[in-house]
This record gives sequence, C-alpha cells and structure tokens, in this order.
Amino acid sequence: MSGDVCIVGIGIHPFGRTDGVSGLDQGVNAVRHALGDAGIEWGDVQFAYGGSDSAGNPDTMVERLGLTGVQFINVRNGCAAGGSSLFSTQMAIKSGEFEIGMAVGFDKHPRGAFNALPSEYNLPDWYGEAGYMITTQFFANKITRYMHEHGISRTTLGRVAEKAFRNAVHAPHAWRREPVSLEDILNGAMVSDPYSKYMFCSPAEGGVALILASEKKARELGKPLIRLKAAAMRTRPPASFEVFAPCIDIGGGKATATRIASADAFRMAGIGPEDIAVAQLQDTEAGAEVMHMAENGFCADGEQEAWLAEGRTEIGGALPVNTDGGCLACGEPIGASGLRQVYENVVQLRGDGGGRQVPGNPKTAYTHVYGAPGVSAVTILER
Amino acid sequence: MRDIAEGLFTDEVSPRLIGGRDRESGRIVFPCPPGDRFEAWPLSREGTLWSFTIQRYRPKTPPYAGPDAFRPWPVGYVELPGETIVEARLTNVDFDAIHIGMPLELTMIALDPNADESVRIHAFQPKGFAA
Repeated sequence: MSGDVCIVGIGIHPFGRTDGVSGLDQGVNAVRHALGDAGIEWGDVQFAYGGSDSAGNPDTMVERLGLTGVQFINVRNGCAAGGSSLFSTQMAIKSGEFEIGMAVGFDKHPRGAFNALPSEYNLPDWYGEAGYMITTQFFANKITRYMHEHGISRTTLGRVAEKAFRNAVHAPHAWRREPVSLEDILNGAMVSDPYSKYMFCSPAEGGVALILASEKKARELGKPLIRLKAAAMRTRPPASFEVFAPCIDIGGGKATATRIASADAFRMAGIGPEDIAVAQLQDTEAGAEVMHMAENGFCADGEQEAWLAEGRTEIGGALPVNTDGGCLACGEPIGASGLRQVYENVVQLRGDGGGRQVPGNPKTAYTHVYGAPGVSAVTILER
Repeated sequence: MRDIAEGLFTDEVSPRLIGGRDRESGRIVFPCPPGDRFEAWPLSREGTLWSFTIQRYRPKTPPYAGPDAFRPWPVGYVELPGETIVEARLTNVDFDAIHIGMPLELTMIALDPNADESVRIHAFQPKGFAA
C-alpha cells in the first residue's frame, strides 16, 4: 500500500452512565455515527477489531449492524485494548489486504473501583486477600515517590483536575461537565493520599468507533486526510514500577512501558515531542498526567510544576493536554478509553472542537494510554 | 494465628519475608515465584520507606478477605538494602509521621484485629517501636 492509513470516520456514544443501554449498544451507537461521518454503509466495512473488557464480545454487534459476513476480531488487552485495536486495524490496511476497516471499543463497568482478581494477573491469592489488589494504591504510591524525587506539589495535582473539568464543559461526550474549584479539589474527600476524590477518574461507560482507510480510499471518500503516522503498543521493560507490583527492583521505577511506546511512536512518525500541537495523555488520576508529560518526552521530570502554574497545558497554551477533560472528566470505560483520545484528536485536527478547540490550526496530535499490568499504547496523527 | 499463605514467612520467633533469588542473575524478588528458577531467600527485616499512601476505602470482596469493618491503613513500599523494594502495610505509626526514608522493621499483624481466629499478615513499623 502506498501513502498513509487515514481516519475517515469517527463516532462516539457519550461517556458516563447511561442506564438501560448495554455497553454493546453504546458501541453500536458509536459505529453508526462513525459510518455516517465517513459517508459509508456497514456493508462497506471490510473488517473490524473490537475491544471490551467487561461488556461482552464485540463481534456480537454484527447482529445489530447487519450480517454481512464481515471479518471481526475481538481484542482483550486491558487498558491498551483501544490502542491495540487501532494498531491492528492500521496494519491490516498497510498490508494491502484491505482498504477500509473499523476499530471499535466500548464498556460498561459497575460502580466503584475496578476489582481485579490476582489470578488474572499471575499473582498469588494472598495479595488480593490482604488488600493489595487495588489500582488506586499503586497510583498513589507512584506519585508520592515522584513528588518526593522531583518536587511536584499537591497544588499541581489539583490544577490538573481543575483543568480537566473546565475543558469538559465544552465536550458533549464528557461525563463530568461542571467546573470544580481548585480549593474544592484539594479539600475533597481523600481516597488514597495525596489524591482526593476529584483527582481520580471513575470506571464508566461509553463507546467509540473509528473508520480507517487507505489514503487512496480516503481521497475517494473526499474526507480531510487525517493521517495515522504512528501507532505503537508496548509492554513493560525490566525494573519498571507497574500496577499490582508486590516488589520493585532497587533503583527501578524509571523505565516504563510508556517511555518505550512513546519513543517508538516518535521514531515511526519521524517527528519529536516539540512538534506535537495537542496531546491526550492517560490521566486516570491527576498525577498520571503529570508523570506522563515527562514519560512521553514533552518535558523533563520536575518541569511540570512550572508548566501547570504557567498554564502551558491549557487549551490556549504551548501544549494543550486532555482537551476534552480526559479520563478525569470522561471516566474510564476500558475498551473505549484509548479510542476516545484518538476521537478527540481527530475533532481537534478537523477544527471541530468548538469551545474547546485548540487555536492555531493544529496539524499534529498525540495520544497515550497506560494500564495494568504495565502496557502502553501511543498514536500520532497528522493532518 | 495462621499465616495468610504458606511459604510467605519464615518459621522464626521474628519471622522474615521469604523472597526469591534468581539462580542465574541473582535478582531478588518478593514473593518467591513457583518453579526452579528462583530459590527461597529470606529477606532482611529492616529497611527504609520508599513510598506510601493511605488506603481510605474498604477494598472490594473478592478478592479482599478482611473484615467488613474498615479503618484506613497506610500501605507503602519498603526498600530492603541490597535486596528489593517490597510492598507492605505500615502499622504502629501516626499517618502524619510517615515519611519517605524513615527506618522500618518487619512485624506481623492480624488481618482482622477483632476476630478470635484471624489470619496473620506482614506489615512494617517504625524501627525500634517495640523497644
């Protein structure tokens, strides 16, 4: 195949809580919007990859969309499910076998924290029985160490959450769309110190579908060419510090799955962090956005303190981050979350962001997800 | 008290955590993985705090097997010099007094302090607490 793989259609079912609508149907809803956006019919879709962590098998949506006999592969890859679906969709088109396909993700999680079981993560039962099998514990421990090493204040964590809710006011697909003051965020009920309840995202519901096509096909469809310049998914390196870690190597915690996924994505795209105009970075908690700014190469460890104080990651700043409020404001339906980031970047690159549009006609956009047990996926789009 | 799992603590008056030492690389981990690659390796009882948080809500059951009654507990990572950094609860310490770098020592606590027949889990307390 010559040229780039392009994103020609996007659809989203609003994130949050939609009682009475299954996760699968939220996915189907997103697919219908994406087909409409691309100006194609379901029968035109040659293949699909679908991800859902706890809302059923994605391929069963053919019953709703039409029994066209389409190739439909399910992806289960934790928080990287969306990134992995997108990567696979891209590779199928790059191979020359297909011209147009779909990556879809949806989920519907029960209220409260994720409740993972040790056996799913190759851990002994006692680890869960004693109360260690909790993602929030890890996230809080990771940021406490990071704040200690790099001089990040709790106010900076609060600023990240404050920005998320402020940006989400202008994102129709977001869940929490009311601004929350920095004071309320800092004084909110504590969940895992230093994080208050406003600094953690919640498991949620939602669906996202993206239609990808070869450049030739994209031109035929007459869509603006949003090029997928890089899609990378990586697992953890040695001595990293990941979710559900009974131990860490001494001196460890520096190398991460994110660092290697990010470096690979920039290599594939042939550009660097300084070339990115807008970024969606995994922010399952406020400190994640802070640490991921550095892990993805956008700043050095510790510089986030000044970046947040100066508003450099605001929509009008040097590098707008999480323009739709990210996971903090949208919640996290695992299967859909990574694709939401890409959806938001396509919106931004098309100039359709409305009240949250990044000024200056952005031409490059970056997404990053991270999750258990140490997986990361990164994409880079160009217009 | 019964241990929460077999092969986790040494059978001593002051038990130690049983880690695993990679027979080839010498890398030490906790707990000791099954199989032949790692040999059982009792870990140091003393270390320093590497990081911490406070668990302020009751974890979901399953997998959590503790009592329904919940009181927040501190949990962190303790660096055992020359060995590894282990995840563990902290005990016998005021939340406000917890700080990275503080010297700690291993102790054993009940998963359910109010039960007659609780299982035993490990925790670290400030060094010299019992003295």
